Amino acid sequence: MKAVGPVIVAEHLTKRFGDFTAVDDVSFDVYPGEIVGYLGPNGSGKTTTIRMLLGLLQPTAGAARVLGYDSLTEAEALRPHVGYMSQKFALYEELTVRENLAFYGGVYGLNGTMLRRRIESVLELIHLASLAGERAGALAGGWRQRLALAIAILHEPSLLILDEPTSGVDPLARRLFWDLIYDLAEQGKTVLISTHYMDEAEHCTRLGIMYHARLLAMGSPSQLKATRLPGPTWQITVGALLPALDYLKALSGVVDVGLLGNELHAVTCDDRHTATSLAAALHSAGFRDATVVGSAPTLEDVFKLQVAAEQARGEGR
Amino acid sequence: MKHRLWSLIRKEFIQIVRDPRTLALTFVMPIMQLLLLGFAATNDVKNVSLAVWDQDQSVASRELLDAYRNANYFRLDQYVDSEATLQQAIDSGAARAAIIIPPDYGTSLARNQSAQVAFIIDGSDPTVAGTALSAATLIGQAYGTTLRSQRLTAASAVNPLQPPVEVRTQVWYNPNLESAYYMIPALIGLIIQMLTTILTATSLVRERERGTMEQLIVTPIRPWELVVGKLAPYVVISFLLTVEVLVAGVSIFGVPIVGSVPLLLLLVGLFLISTLGIGLFISTIANTQQEAMLSAFFLMLPSIFLSGFFFPIAAMPTALQWISYLVPLRYFLIIVRGIVLKGVGIHALWSEVLALTLFAIVIMGFAALRLRKRLD
Repeated sequence: MKAVGPVIVAEHLTKRFGDFTAVDDVSFDVYPGEIVGYLGPNGSGKTTTIRMLLGLLQPTAGAARVLGYDSLTEAEALRPHVGYMSQKFALYEELTVRENLAFYGGVYGLNGTMLRRRIESVLELIHLASLAGERAGALAGGWRQRLALAIAILHEPSLLILDEPTSGVDPLARRLFWDLIYDLAEQGKTVLISTHYMDEAEHCTRLGIMYHARLLAMGSPSQLKATRLPGPTWQITVGALLPALDYLKALSGVVDVGLLGNELHAVTCDDRHTATSLAAALHSAGFRDATVVGSAPTLEDVFKLQVAAEQARGEGR
Repeated sequence: MKHRLWSLIRKEFIQIVRDPRTLALTFVMPIMQLLLLGFAATNDVKNVSLAVWDQDQSVASRELLDAYRNANYFRLDQYVDSEATLQQAIDSGAARAAIIIPPDYGTSLARNQSAQVAFIIDGSDPTVAGTALSAATLIGQAYGTTLRSQRLTAASAVNPLQPPVEVRTQVWYNPNLESAYYMIPALIGLIIQMLTTILTATSLVRERERGTMEQLIVTPIRPWELVVGKLAPYVVISFLLTVEVLVAGVSIFGVPIVGSVPLLLLLVGLFLISTLGIGLFISTIANTQQEAMLSAFFLMLPSIFLSGFFFPIAAMPTALQWISYLVPLRYFLIIVRGIVLKGVGIHALWSEVLALTLFAIVIMGFAALRLRKRLD
């Protein structure tokens, strides 16, 4: 490993496939020990960014340095230090769990006692020891996911790049998987993880929001909530939920309203509203049972508003 | 490096063994093709069904028929008594040829006159017809000569007629002209090309389809290690197949192996580089296993027809003869037939060896250019 300082430096990364721009001028840094989330809907350019970081794709413009190596020209030197888990869990279904590990370990140059020790160690970490003799093709989704993670960490990389590792996996398995990610971060590994689940984004130390090939915002969840919202957020309890929703949408100063369980969740801009003024407006509109209290902003608020702003910007062009 | 390569080879072998059906097909197919080619696809024409309309029914006519029967080319199994039934026998395919002996055959001969016999051949299958035609003519001529010399001997009691020129033919290497001897060694080339191109192309494309190729690319494995590791198991299988076909050819059909088996195996190795290169090249173009399979078949047919496997290259139009120079199987067939049937050594095959080497270098070069450790 070469560098101290940022683990990943992406500078104006751009990738075009013909007329289609998959990644548009994306720049960010990742520092040692961070768990950085890369949040965005399917097709927003997350996988393409990751592939450029790994030297799997050549950027149309811009460059990336990972662990101090140039992603494109020094990819071979970089490879032993990165663990990668692709969207399709890249397992050999005909091989057993242990054989898959032995194969990938061997390809990373591990052998003999060292290889055996590492295999036992990751099997224990991911609680797969009892299934070590099973064919990978026979494993359930959650187990396959954990085996893919085991393969990514077998050669003890300092950086883990995980591309939507939790898609198509049940909620319990997702929970267990994040516990493993925390364990790995505690051991000092840096993690870049892409996801389209909002709740997972809350687990990250920092978070980038990708939408339509652009990185809209990046920061810690609390930072994003504090700086990327136009004003306070409110929780509204009311009997006639849907009419109240329509009324608030049209109300001046309200930027966003949504359903949150049995209540409404609204974002207002600047200091245009207080709990009292909102409640008064609702009462005078005929929603006599409405009560309003201040609430904590969510990452979903941030995401929705960033996307809305981006869309407005796109239309303005 | 050693561990990376060895891990890959071991993984590839495990995958092959864990797919026993494909493995079984791989080893059963040559035996099946061997039996089909050895027994069914034979060019030897024997036992052509012959319809006989003997209008004479004399001792002389029966002697003529015996001459045809004894030559083994014809099976005299249909006796007809009218033009209509003869026509029907040929039309229905029950007989491929017919002989008509006129009623005055015996009397003409007895009067020392020339007798005429009609021979009809169904020309719809040119291979059978060609052989039947020459056999019918030869047998007739031979019998005519015998008759004449008998007559002269009887007349003068001395000096049996000697033909002015006598051509004594002698066939080398395959004296009985058994087509199985010719086809079976060639089968080694055909099987190797078919299996190695299909298996290597699909096994590499499968890695891409399943996403394991992407995972392999991010490992420190070198491109050449990837290629050697993926191909090595198929090299081993190909040598086993070669030995299998040779052993089966000898034990089932009695194919004599005249030349050096080690030399043959060495040149099989050379041929393998070409066919594996073709498979590798296909894998860099095809996106799905189906596409890879079809591409391999696409290249297979010209190989079969332009290599001299079935049809002699010398008989083809000039343009096709030129194209056939691009078919590596062409060179290998000359090599394998030369070594197995004629027992020739490397000195008689150096131009084919050179051509194969050149092809191997070019196709591997092309494949290497296209095979990079990237996705775009």
